[in-house]
Amino acid sequence: MKKAAIIILILGIGIQFIPVPKNQTEKVSEADFLQTMEATIPIQNMIKASCYDCHSNNTNYPWYGRVRPFAWLLQQHIDEGKDELNFSTFQEYSGRMQREKIRSMISQISDGEMPLKEYLWMHPEAEMTKEEKEQLIEYLEKLNPQ
Amino acid sequence: MKTTLLTIGLALTIISCNNSKTEKRAAETTNETTAKAENTAASDQEGGKAITPIIDAYLAVKNALVNDNQEEAAKSGATLATALASLDISQFDVDKQTELQEIVEVAKNHGEHISKSEIEHQREHFEAMSQDIKDLTAIVGTDRTLYHQYCPMYNDNKGGMWLSTSEEIKNPLFGAKMMKCGKVQEIISL
Repeated sequence: MKKAAIIILILGIGIQFIPVPKNQTEKVSEADFLQTMEATIPIQNMIKASCYDCHSNNTNYPWYGRVRPFAWLLQQHIDEGKDELNFSTFQEYSGRMQREKIRSMISQISDGEMPLKEYLWMHPEAEMTKEEKEQLIEYLEKLNPQ
Repeated sequence: MKTTLLTIGLALTIISCNNSKTEKRAAETTNETTAKAENTAASDQEGGKAITPIIDAYLAVKNALVNDNQEEAAKSGATLATALASLDISQFDVDKQTELQEIVEVAKNHGEHISKSEIEHQREHFEAMSQDIKDLTAIVGTDRTLYHQYCPMYNDNKGGMWLSTSEEIKNPLFGAKMMKCGKVQEIISL
């Protein structure tokens, strides 16, 4: 029993040395959604708090965010998230694709599919009230990138 | 666009000229123009043909959704993504290629989503994609008559559209829940 505990401890420490890429950059992207779209400060804050951790090139990591195995799980979410929508490179999408991404954002937010439940457990500050969601959707519906 | 119409017009004139032997000489003198015009006509025809696998797969997704068949829709969604990826864009007007590229990219993305989601999500992507496919036919042409149909009740009464080969309404956005919702808004002819 004691032996098993020691093995788990050693493994637990050991995996901390396996590198995990960090989703952070100093560079402010010129193609960034919030840099290029006009939005009020509350809207900007909402999008940043609720979306940017997984949908941009800058994740604000929680304290456990660099601890394996959580770091791997996080990395997987970020990879999948950015693959689907990356706010940091939003202007690199064609106008048609931008409109599609916005359509999809509206649908995901109003259906309550985004932000992910798992994400909200750990980030209660990312949870939007019904009114906030309505404001955000109203803002998104007015965007019509060409 | 104007030049395309002009060349097609020329091609048609010349074809009818060829039919009447008395005017054959006139046709011969404009040999060079004829060759050019025929090329344009041929590539337009090819455009119509090039879109066949895309429309086939699109309609297969639509029919699967009419029948509330998630699995079949997923399969056809994947086929559609492949068909879109294999469209050779270089055969069309240079000034239309960027737009074509964008339409194909977005529609392909919808096809991929349809291939791996549950049915309500499939319907959502299908509805959004229908406009892209319609825009595609506006550039590339169609190989069959399509009916642009619209149901005002879809998406909390925001409405939704799709394309069908039949005038009769069979709603792919609701399936059996509301099979008859919709009306023909436009006919896209050959």
